[in-house]
Amino acid sequence: MGKSARFCTALLGVVLSLSVSACGGGGGSGSDDGEITLSYAVWDKNQKAVMEKLGREFSASHPGVTVKVQLTPWADYWSKLKTVATGGSAPDVFWMNGPNFQLYASNGVIRPLDKEIAADKVNLSVYPQALVDLYTYENKVYGLPKDMDTIGVWYNKKLFDAAGVKPPADDWTWADFRTAAGKLTDPAKGIYGAAAQLTSFQEYQYNTIAQAGGYVISPDGRKSGYDDPRTVEGLRFWTDLIEKNQSPDLKTMTDTAPLQLFEAGKIAMYWGGSWNAGEFSANEYTKDKVEVAPLPKGEKRATIIHGVANVVSAKTAHPKEAWQFVEFLGSKKAALALGKSGPLPAHDGTQQAWLDTYPQFRLQTFLDSLDYAVPFPVSKNTAAWNEAELTHLTKAWTGEQPVGEASAALASAMNDLLAKE
Amino acid sequence: MTLTSRPGGRPRRRPRRDRVTEALWGYAFIAPAGLGLAVFYLWPVVRTGYFSFTEWGAFGGHTWSGLDNYHRLLSDPEVGRSLVNTLAYTALGLIAIPLAVVFAALLNRDGLRGAGIYRTLFFLPVVTMPVAVAMIWRWLYNGDYGLINHVLAQVGIDGPNWIADPDTALFALVVVGIWSSLGYNLVIFLAGMQAIPKEYYDAAAIDGAGPVRQFFRITLPLLSPTAFFVSIISVIGSLQLFDLVYVLAGSGQTARANPAFPRMETVVQLFHDRAFATNDRGYGAAIVMMLLVLIIALTALQFRLQKRWVHYG
Repeated sequence: MGKSARFCTALLGVVLSLSVSACGGGGGSGSDDGEITLSYAVWDKNQKAVMEKLGREFSASHPGVTVKVQLTPWADYWSKLKTVATGGSAPDVFWMNGPNFQLYASNGVIRPLDKEIAADKVNLSVYPQALVDLYTYENKVYGLPKDMDTIGVWYNKKLFDAAGVKPPADDWTWADFRTAAGKLTDPAKGIYGAAAQLTSFQEYQYNTIAQAGGYVISPDGRKSGYDDPRTVEGLRFWTDLIEKNQSPDLKTMTDTAPLQLFEAGKIAMYWGGSWNAGEFSANEYTKDKVEVAPLPKGEKRATIIHGVANVVSAKTAHPKEAWQFVEFLGSKKAALALGKSGPLPAHDGTQQAWLDTYPQFRLQTFLDSLDYAVPFPVSKNTAAWNEAELTHLTKAWTGEQPVGEASAALASAMNDLLAKE
Repeated sequence: MTLTSRPGGRPRRRPRRDRVTEALWGYAFIAPAGLGLAVFYLWPVVRTGYFSFTEWGAFGGHTWSGLDNYHRLLSDPEVGRSLVNTLAYTALGLIAIPLAVVFAALLNRDGLRGAGIYRTLFFLPVVTMPVAVAMIWRWLYNGDYGLINHVLAQVGIDGPNWIADPDTALFALVVVGIWSSLGYNLVIFLAGMQAIPKEYYDAAAIDGAGPVRQFFRITLPLLSPTAFFVSIISVIGSLQLFDLVYVLAGSGQTARANPAFPRMETVVQLFHDRAFATNDRGYGAAIVMMLLVLIIALTALQFRLQKRWVHYG
């Protein structure tokens, strides 16, 4: 048996070395020689460079710690993060948004940071209260806000001039918006007044719902507002535009995203976020043809405020360094760097850098609208009813079902989901 | 056997020790493949089967839930819808087989100039990544700026939004599926045709059979084992359709807002959505177990039916 025994040992060796190397591949953070690598997951390719720069600055003040920025495009970010978190190898630090936050906090995937905040005397009042609240779960703060955003109407000055429409006034109303949309629409040239985008509730439906006096979810997070007639009015704002052909239909917007249509000069008024400033300044067509107006007033004025936060994985091997990095990212210094190359930083007193970076767009509009900003609607499992919103409202957007009926069906589906939370 | 039997004498039995060693070496040689199969195929199947009886939290941790997932499967309209789509896609995709036979026959003609070039052209989509293929087709299919509608407009036809219109979406999907698999099937049919002895055709020609008659009386019957193989592979491939839809129809939110999505969603896409997007892993596992059973059933059915139409030369 000598020969076969030797062979079996060899085979066992191969198997063992395979499994050992497989184990070594996971995690990706740290080794024994004092060098620490923090993985940092982000979704915006426009911000990858500045995040890497901030990572290097952090390393400079924290020798032995390097930051590795992992970019996952928005479309796959959350499913990938959920999968790695389930497997126990979430990145050490990562971007979090409102709709996902409570799910991660309530399942213990991210670390509460109160102790560290208290120990390092971090002043949370430098961030807008709505954002600190957004990332607070059961009275514990889980993330430091990185940036913030409100919504405005990006409009194409060239198309306004061509159609002889005056630029939007600061106090314009839904009626003014509709009149302008009608005048700007030119079927012969394939130009639409606006685009009733279905997929981005943050930029579209949530704003008009709040402006109509409706609500998406009750303040206690138990009940859907989609059966409120005022909420339906907020949705009808968009379906009306499609019915009047002042917006492309849903099929066209599926083939070509409204953002692309706007950047091709086919849409005159694009409801978009403050984060679009970077994109529009880099785009050859939009860089000198667009400007921002506040959202038109319905029953009242409203714009949705939201912001991204940096959070720490509960399973990180380096909680101390991860927190230090989050603290650094939330600092004034980091916010100033961020404002120069991307979104509107959340840190108080750093917004001027952002305004100065894009003087051509009149971005002050976004800051002014903070006065009447409405928090982003979330609950513990927001993603579940976000899917229901799309499934039901698609029917209203295609005209298959009246918007009131689709909205009522959505309300009951959403109430069922909320009851399960 | 030839090693152990000697001409003219009784086969000599080799010592037991030798045979054991030989067997061990045999197993050793298949061990890498067997190990891979066990680790990457068998074990996941067993685990998935187990998971299909469990309920998962949002971030892992599962509890036994018995047949709950299967009950849910039966009453979920999305499951029914994706099954119908997948079966329709599979059935329509079978057109690829006669198509491949015809093209293979054309390419197999004696003295065809540039045969290599044609074969390369047909095979190119097969070596291209499915996602890249789908992205190109996404642009071709675009209702407003796509090449297809641009060409149609030249002859006065106002083309639809191919992959956003419920009436055309499945058809558009099938076209891409056939186009991208044609080359693979073609190569197999070509190999099958070249294995048919030339003498049969010579004899048929002497008896006065023309090329068409030769094709139907010689080529087709002798090609039936190849066609059987291709149909098995195609049906399994079609039932597992995912990447084309993922790119053409969009994923996640984009897909849900596509009015044609209810006509394009496949079983594997639904599985992906449930298992990885909403992290409903137990239910996702039940969905793929259903697909596994369906694939086994359809493959078994094909094996039964083959007796009626497959001729082994």
